[in-house]
Amino acid sequence: MLLIHCPHCGERPELEFAYGGEAHVARPTEPAAVSDEDWAAYLYLRKNTKGVHAERWRHTRGCGRFFNALRDTTTDRILVTYKAGERAPSGATP
Amino acid sequence: MPHQRFSGLSLLWNSLGQHRGWREQWRRAEPKAEYDAVIVGGGGHGLGTAYYLAAEHGLTRIAVLEKGWVGGGNTGRNTTIIRSNYLFDESARLYDHSVKMWADLSQALNYNVMYSPRGVMMLAHTVHDVQSAKRHIHANRCNGVDNEWLTPEEAQAYCPPLNIDPGLRYPVLGAALQRRGGTARHDAVAWGYARAADALGVDIVENCEVTGIRRDAGGAVEALETSRGLIRTRKVGVVAAGNTSVILGMAGVRVPLESFPLQALVSEPVKPIFPCVVMSNGIHAYISQSDKGELVIGAGTDVYTSYTQRGALHVNMHTLEAICELFPNFRRLRMLRNWGGIVDVTPDRSPIIGKTPVPGLYVNCGWGTGGFKATPGSAHVFAWTLAHDEPHPINAPFTLERFRDGHLIDEAAAAAVAH
Repeated sequence: MLLIHCPHCGERPELEFAYGGEAHVARPTEPAAVSDEDWAAYLYLRKNTKGVHAERWRHTRGCGRFFNALRDTTTDRILVTYKAGERAPSGATP
Repeated sequence: MPHQRFSGLSLLWNSLGQHRGWREQWRRAEPKAEYDAVIVGGGGHGLGTAYYLAAEHGLTRIAVLEKGWVGGGNTGRNTTIIRSNYLFDESARLYDHSVKMWADLSQALNYNVMYSPRGVMMLAHTVHDVQSAKRHIHANRCNGVDNEWLTPEEAQAYCPPLNIDPGLRYPVLGAALQRRGGTARHDAVAWGYARAADALGVDIVENCEVTGIRRDAGGAVEALETSRGLIRTRKVGVVAAGNTSVILGMAGVRVPLESFPLQALVSEPVKPIFPCVVMSNGIHAYISQSDKGELVIGAGTDVYTSYTQRGALHVNMHTLEAICELFPNFRRLRMLRNWGGIVDVTPDRSPIIGKTPVPGLYVNCGWGTGGFKATPGSAHVFAWTLAHDEPHPINAPFTLERFRDGHLIDEAAAAAVAH
């Protein structure tokens, strides 16, 4: 089980959290103007990174807030967590 | 060196020589400079693809590249369950194609894959489960796939250890039984295909990792860069399960996959007590007994993507709690070992089998948590696809483009594992 550092509450066991998938996926601002190809990419294509992956978690059984984490998917080690809306810290780019 | 055929007579003959006359079942091949087709991934699906390419489509210069050892990925890490009771017409055709091939696979390969159609029973615990199971049964029967409804008493008669006490937190309200479903020996499937493919001249190259895909000026595949040198080929079939995104990324192809750890575990071996396969999607448990006597138990996926081939203990505990509730007899059994595999999950939980936008590059992926059952059928139609440069009618709906076009085959509810 992972120990996850919630930027608001501190370190807590994984069971308190829900996984939110890849981070920084932006919904197209004008869906009607987007091609089928790009819309499918937005809906379904994820990086599925082998290595450092930027992802969202939600502290569902704590503060309830979303935040982001950089995790190495080859070791499951979480490198850093940061608040929603912030950019990934430099030096640990996904 | 001539290929050794297995038979009662050859067994008897070799027993006279104290079984010292058996040779290695396939050659330890060195990669050649060029092939007509290269399969990336030496699991059951990949080895099977190479076998059918050689056996049915007349290709002779074929290699299977495996970064580890044959059958060391998900083929050796699953719970060996075979069934075809999927909801949609496309899936029923695909999975039942496979179940039909399991029936005589041992004869076809001259290798005992220990296919045992002992029945797969899927439990219903809620009114919604009951309605969903009956819908599946009717849909299956329209597609010629056997599936029948059992009352709790009939379910217990079929599987005596099952607890049907109505006082359970999630009582058994009935079950859907596919009698043709069952299990097979997973390692034997990989070894059987490897041996049969090798006998037809296929080079099986282990410890050979693909590191790059070279393309010509027109964009078509022309060679693979590997840890054991450059291999020229115009046809590449990628059958790399959880690592498919990585391999296809080398050619700039993106696929709608996410890779998750999926765990399984086995108990200490006991005498025969469990006659069939039981699955419960609702409370997440599935279980059967191997011929060695171990109870083979499938747990769920971890919530996050990963390539580590291991998962968290609480995922196993969740499944074991359900097992103990459904089968109180097993509460004092000890678990012998557990492990994880990396499964490639698509948004609609159906596989992708077909061409990619890159000429000469084909993919068979997205089997998620339930690829073992499909091994022969998947390999068979994928070999067809490579040989004809177009999909077989059975895998034609399972394209990469269906996500763009909206023709999803949404089997999420039929998967063995709750997602």
